[in-house]
Amino acid sequence: MLNRIKSPLQVADVVRECGEALGREKSRFVICAGTGCVAGGSMDVFREFERLLKAKGLYGDVQLLFEGHTSPVGVIFSGCYGFCQVGPLVQFQPKGIIYTKVTVQDVDEIIKTTFEEDSVVERLLYRKHDGTLCPTEDEVPFYGKQKRVILAECGHINPEDIREYFATGGYQALASALSKMDPDGVIDIISRSGLRGRGGAGFPAGRKMALARESQGGRKYVICNGDEGDPGAFMDRSVLEANPHSVLEGMAIAAYAIGADKGYIYVRAEYPLAVTRIDIAIDQARRSGVLGKGIMGTDFDFDVEVFQGAGAFICGEATALIRSIEGFRGSPEMTLSYYPTERGLWGKPTLLNNVKTLAFIPKIIANGVRWFTGMGTKGSPGTAVFALTGEVRNNGLIEVPMGITLREIIFDIGEGVPGGREFKAVQIGGPSGGCLPRELLDIEVDFDSLLDAGAMMGSGGMVVVDDTTCMVDLARYFLAFTRMESCGKCVPCRIGTKRMLEMLTRICEGKGEPEDVGRLEELALDIKEGSLCALGGTAPNPVLTTLRYFKDEYEAHIHEKRCPAGLCANLVTFHIDSEKCNGCTVCARNCPADAITGEKKKPHVIDQDKCIKCRECLSRCRFDAVYTE
Amino acid sequence: MSEKIKLTIDGKKCAGRPGRTILEVARENDIWIPTLCFDERLEPYGACRICLVEVKGAGGLLPACAAEITPDMVVKTSSKRVDSIRRTVIELLLSDHPADCMTCESTGSCALQDLAYRYGIKESSFKGEAHSYHLADDNPVIERDPDKCILCGRCARICDEVVGPGVLGFVGRGFDATVSPPYDRLLEESPCLFCGQCVSTCPVGALTSKLSEGAGRPWELESTDTICPYCGVGCTLRLWTRDNKVVNVTAPMDKGVNRGNLCVKGRFGFQFIDSPDRLKHPLVRGKDGRLRKTTWNKAISLVAERLSETRDKHGADSVGGLASARCTNEENYLFQKFMRAVVGTNNVDHCARL
Amino acid sequence: MGKTDVELKTILEKFEATRSELIPILQAAQSSLGYLTNDTMREIARYLSIPESQVYGVASFFERFSFSRRGRREITVCCGTACYVKGARRLVDILESELGIRCGDTTPDLEYSLKQVACVGACALAPVVLVNEDVHRQMEPGKVKGLLAGE
Repeated sequence: MLNRIKSPLQVADVVRECGEALGREKSRFVICAGTGCVAGGSMDVFREFERLLKAKGLYGDVQLLFEGHTSPVGVIFSGCYGFCQVGPLVQFQPKGIIYTKVTVQDVDEIIKTTFEEDSVVERLLYRKHDGTLCPTEDEVPFYGKQKRVILAECGHINPEDIREYFATGGYQALASALSKMDPDGVIDIISRSGLRGRGGAGFPAGRKMALARESQGGRKYVICNGDEGDPGAFMDRSVLEANPHSVLEGMAIAAYAIGADKGYIYVRAEYPLAVTRIDIAIDQARRSGVLGKGIMGTDFDFDVEVFQGAGAFICGEATALIRSIEGFRGSPEMTLSYYPTERGLWGKPTLLNNVKTLAFIPKIIANGVRWFTGMGTKGSPGTAVFALTGEVRNNGLIEVPMGITLREIIFDIGEGVPGGREFKAVQIGGPSGGCLPRELLDIEVDFDSLLDAGAMMGSGGMVVVDDTTCMVDLARYFLAFTRMESCGKCVPCRIGTKRMLEMLTRICEGKGEPEDVGRLEELALDIKEGSLCALGGTAPNPVLTTLRYFKDEYEAHIHEKRCPAGLCANLVTFHIDSEKCNGCTVCARNCPADAITGEKKKPHVIDQDKCIKCRECLSRCRFDAVYTE
Repeated sequence: MSEKIKLTIDGKKCAGRPGRTILEVARENDIWIPTLCFDERLEPYGACRICLVEVKGAGGLLPACAAEITPDMVVKTSSKRVDSIRRTVIELLLSDHPADCMTCESTGSCALQDLAYRYGIKESSFKGEAHSYHLADDNPVIERDPDKCILCGRCARICDEVVGPGVLGFVGRGFDATVSPPYDRLLEESPCLFCGQCVSTCPVGALTSKLSEGAGRPWELESTDTICPYCGVGCTLRLWTRDNKVVNVTAPMDKGVNRGNLCVKGRFGFQFIDSPDRLKHPLVRGKDGRLRKTTWNKAISLVAERLSETRDKHGADSVGGLASARCTNEENYLFQKFMRAVVGTNNVDHCARL
Repeated sequence: MGKTDVELKTILEKFEATRSELIPILQAAQSSLGYLTNDTMREIARYLSIPESQVYGVASFFERFSFSRRGRREITVCCGTACYVKGARRLVDILESELGIRCGDTTPDLEYSLKQVACVGACALAPVVLVNEDVHRQMEPGKVKGLLAGE
């Protein structure tokens, strides 16, 4: 594939070589093969492109490019390009044309129209909800306000070919760190850049590195935390799947800075594709001499191993993660007088960073401190990656400068709430975060402003909810999650989350008592302050923020036994308006409980005893005949 | 010796060596901080959160059992915040704990009961699911009642950290976590040594001694400290007696070579004291084959006489001596001296070698 | 030695006998044997020279390990936030009633297992249901019967 790199200075040549070779391909189709698009069948689309291009005699093998041949068109698959909702995505580069929801049947037409006729297949273009067609990335609102830094290459390069990473300038940051900087120099740059940990808490990354560097104790470790367990978040997964080398390069630079020779990437069990891609990347990096013994011919050794999680949210917590690598239950440890930077994995100094934090490191080393601080806010420089999902038109993975407002994210990038519904709240930061209401749409998003609002950056899940979501039920959902994921070690979290969940369930079932609101709040505060680790310490946040911003919904459930969103099953019944129902039978045919009866073309009725309140009829009825009480 | 660190706890000036915890220094100064998961025989664990204290400038509350003292530290062991969390922790524990203190074996020596009393908590204000396990341990000494378990982990930790076999361990997670032998089976199906160290550390009634069941409340019993008769280690025992009968054996934490630790014999092997089979006087077998009571003087003279006879007739090596591990080192030394110097043989051995 | 014993022995041979291999060994055993029996865990404990209670303690801590045979088709309902707000709970209810089992259980004929997970990280396709490894996007209550029929 590539020859082993023997000195840091040689990297520039490799980068040029790869750039030139890939440049001999005049155009290429890029098929998104992130988890979302793969689920939509994108690998079949990819294979169809390969088959048809070969049949037309157009197919350019990458190897041939490296042998000096040119090719008019090629096809690769990439990692996640972000706009998962309208996947499978196909791009045509360098023109930047984006096709959405592509199926195998579309491929022939795409090749003909786009490549051979130099035109576009209109029906596959993204269409704004006002009807405007958006042929290229620049025109698609989803990408408009983004500032893609660590996602810059995601969706553009083949994550399973290191040469593509080199062609983007990859491993040059590591080369310049090894040849031009001493470890303190690296730490100095990261410190001055103001980079804060992207795992959620926002601890200054440079300071953490300095602590690990100062620690004595023989062997040191770097751990990449990819145990992204937050429900509603898939940023780390996408980075690992789409650009694994950026994470490896970041780890190597961090290892050089602190003096580590061994690293682990801890990946969630639910991310098999990420594991495959990292394994491939590690193998290629070793063979290229940018990982392993004597990196780039220097005396710096650093190797990486993948550790697959076994399914426990708590293992995203530093000490629990370390315990589980060591082969113990993933219960957090007290870190009172020392941090993992001092005593971590096997008691040795350990630098543990989130996937995204590590991916930022090569970018900062390559582009400099001023470039980085030029983005974002004073306290939180740089960009933030969010998984924008829920009841919003455009779902997907986005990267935006810190300081952007929630309104811009949800209404410009996300194009607002679909289906004529009203925006109600946005849940940020998963089970540790909070629900922010309409009134806070104009806050500028960064680590500190979110904390002030009672939420948290967390790992970056951003779930938009509309007026059909009950906020008490949403709080209950998160408590059900933390109750399930609590490790059970400390009392406040183990029993406290269970009791909070029971109180919330009673309220949702219409059995709440007037004292419950006060009781919930008191318990929440005690759990927050009394718990051993951050899981318990932040578990009450969804309750506290909904109590703060949506108290009226709690009160409606408790005092009026009414669910304003019409969601809580015990407090709502479904009916069919006989005036509006024309007997189209759609509801009856789709009712999973067979609770709807009626003759064709005559008004239907719902049998309340059979109804399981799944809302299917409500969402199916095209005549607005189904209503709730 | 390094300099002592000076600090203030509840307004009282205290001092302690570096590395000491807030709890240790507080106890030395007779300042009370409640604990549940703490046992001085074990590494601090920090799980129960009942020992949280306020430390000026620390940001959050710190567990006194694990937080080391620092110079000029200002500690408050009780405050509105701290007390609120303590009350919540107690109420949460009580909400998943049977309220059967009247018949509970641990009444009077239960840390949870003491805390509820101290904080005036009659019942938990939290309603909800409480665990109800059915257990059928039929070993003769250790009673397990998981319903009462507060998951402080002391039993599992003492089994692992102090004893070694690690029979008890946490199972599952969260609210449904339990402490159990492997595969949720019974103690008797595990490599348990039945040393009862787990019983000794359990702060509530989840692990109790079957031998002492119904024997009386702590305040009805008298205690006497003595040395274990079983082996040469010489552990300190605390015998609990009622009507002059030993009903329970524990070991004081602050005394002796064992500092609260005991083995199966020391802790559970006390019924011999009142056994009808126990030898209380020397017996000599008569010509008719029956044993008859005699005095120590007569018995020892008889042994000396017969030993001399055998030695003179068959030589010194026809005699052998086997000493007991229940004797002290000094006694064992004297015994081999007797065998070698008085009897004149090297035929001497010890049961601990068998 | 039974078939399982041989398989387990081959698995163990691939790993060093150190504590930190516990979770990787359990994962390998789970994936090739399907589930973990007491005997399997006892062998692993012996191999690593650690107490059985700790092997069981770790295995029971993590969701990926199961102690009973799973169905041929494992239905996984993602209950991540995005899926939840788009109706994942209702999918669970319907699947439970269609299959006649609770989440976490397996049908007596060993055809289906049903479970819910916190998040599979495919939030933009919400709500998502997995049949073994296959992701089914934008599921609706009305599609459940078809899903089980293998459509």
